[in-house]
Amino acid sequence: MAPKGILITASDTKAIVDSVKSAREAGLLVIALDTPLEPIDAADATFATDNFKAGLLIGQWAAAKMGDEAANAKIAMLDLAISQPSVDVLRDQGFLTGFGIDTVDIAKWGDETDPRIVGNEVTAGNEEGGLKAMEALLAKNPDINVVYTINEPSAAGAYEALKAAGKTALIVSVDGGCPGVEDVKSGVIGATSQQYPLLMASLGIEAIAKFAADGTRPAPTEGKDFFDTGVSLITDQAAEGVESIDSVKGLELCWG
Amino acid sequence: MASDPRAASSFEEGLKGASEKVAEFQHEADTLKRLQHWLHQTPSAVPLIVLLVSLVIFGVVADNFFKATTLSTILQQIAIVGILGCAQTLVILTAGIDLSVGATAVFSSVIMGQFTFRYGLPAELAIVIGLACGAAIGAVNGVLVAYMRLPPFIVTLGTWQIILASNFIYSKNETIRSSDIEAQAPALRFWGEDVTFYGTPRPAEGVDPASVQSAFVTLDAMPGTGVKVLYAVFLLILLVAIMAYVLRSTAWGRHVYATGDDPDAAALAGVPTKKVLIQVYALAGFFCAIAGWVMIGRFGSVSPTASTGQLGNIQSITAVVIGGISLFGGRGSIVGMFFGALIVGVFEMGLRLVGTDPQWTFFLIGVLIIFAVAVDQWIRKVSG
Repeated sequence: MAPKGILITASDTKAIVDSVKSAREAGLLVIALDTPLEPIDAADATFATDNFKAGLLIGQWAAAKMGDEAANAKIAMLDLAISQPSVDVLRDQGFLTGFGIDTVDIAKWGDETDPRIVGNEVTAGNEEGGLKAMEALLAKNPDINVVYTINEPSAAGAYEALKAAGKTALIVSVDGGCPGVEDVKSGVIGATSQQYPLLMASLGIEAIAKFAADGTRPAPTEGKDFFDTGVSLITDQAAEGVESIDSVKGLELCWG
Repeated sequence: MASDPRAASSFEEGLKGASEKVAEFQHEADTLKRLQHWLHQTPSAVPLIVLLVSLVIFGVVADNFFKATTLSTILQQIAIVGILGCAQTLVILTAGIDLSVGATAVFSSVIMGQFTFRYGLPAELAIVIGLACGAAIGAVNGVLVAYMRLPPFIVTLGTWQIILASNFIYSKNETIRSSDIEAQAPALRFWGEDVTFYGTPRPAEGVDPASVQSAFVTLDAMPGTGVKVLYAVFLLILLVAIMAYVLRSTAWGRHVYATGDDPDAAALAGVPTKKVLIQVYALAGFFCAIAGWVMIGRFGSVSPTASTGQLGNIQSITAVVIGGISLFGGRGSIVGMFFGALIVGVFEMGLRLVGTDPQWTFFLIGVLIIFAVAVDQWIRKVSG
């Protein structure tokens, strides 16, 4: 049986577009998972979590948690990679928007001029990267009190750096993997936005099966240009005005 | 000719007017030549000069650079690359190259972690097993290079991928969390402990914290006081010092240089070159495993996806090359590698504090690599 569709999670969201185009011309249904292509309509459909909203939620939570002190926050931004893939930009800019900081160009991180941002560093999304990035930013400004991280492994690394320096800060992150939710429970991470990658994959496969059976193409969620598989904020310190679930519930829903 | 021999009345007279000096080397007074000669004798001088110059430049242009905490952060950031650099130095001195160093380090750290947590072994035993695995992996590289006569680049290109894949398969890509290690296997985190200088010691129970004075050296300081230096940093300095002595002043060390300089001549002179090669690669593997142990202390957790697995080889080769060690083997000093690693660390931190695009760090490191190799070529001409 010939293949009917492709599920793809691109690491270079722009470069892959031409190959995706030829696959679609050959009659395949291409669904981008997790990470939208650039432009987003290069794929037939995108099954993703709303990464901007994921960032927005932790930004709102951090601002609410700090209250009036948010005006004097010293923020470390631990991003993913120099190449700024869309997931990296969306989470970062979502966080800043949620916290109430002008993002300047919303398609790009690192161009902000707000003095509350101590700096942006890349982490490759792992503990090692998170640790080194946090150490560098602490050298720049030892008074950092809010740490945005691209994902939970980098948050764990940032926590180690803070602990070694004898500092504490509000660490927020995105993903909701089981080790990450455990870290919320033990207080390493203040809040994380949980996403549901297994749902993306299973719904993606179902959509391709449907397309193979009767040619129906998946439709995006109303009001968005992709199919949203949802996001919830997980924290054990609920903040007023920001909807969240606790880590016990988060552990029931987590993956990995 | 000074005089016509046929006109001389005796044989001795034929020497009249000829030079009466014994054959000797002509030392040219040219300062450039003398500099070249001095650098040839002192291979770690160039990286030391570059290091000092970059320290001064960043000290002037970057705020917060000349602070004890910043400098100790630089040292701890190069600890792992520096230890991998010790391994890489040994191999490169034999005119080889080891692309598998980072992967060996990560795999060894995963073995230490998993043997403790999956099989319930005491952490100390798991560490010994991890170190032994690192040495064994290195020995395999050595056998393939020495007896199969395969080029080191190809051998370690292959083992790099094999080790990294084994690492992901064996670990199931699972991270062992920091809090679990702290609670159950603190020995794994040994090298992440620190000595604090000018910190305030933790007061004993019932003692008013305000009455405790800051001490020159404390092992258990109050968080946020004083300057922390990780055990890992002391370990790196110790390893460099020991290996500098071994390479310079022991028969084995001279054999390593001889094997790298000219293996055929070394073999004719009685150096067991094959044995030396295997020992060098095995020792390099052992150092990588030590780096793996240090990684656990540094990062707190055991992560099979640590960037070192992919980048450790390039980072360590960079330190070695900037450190003035010749890729053609047989020339250079491990102290130079240490300076090379420091130069990279100083550039990374300095440029971050200045706030430039991180790409400039890579740009300048690239320039330094080419500069270092060009200087090496120029210095080598002194013997040519």
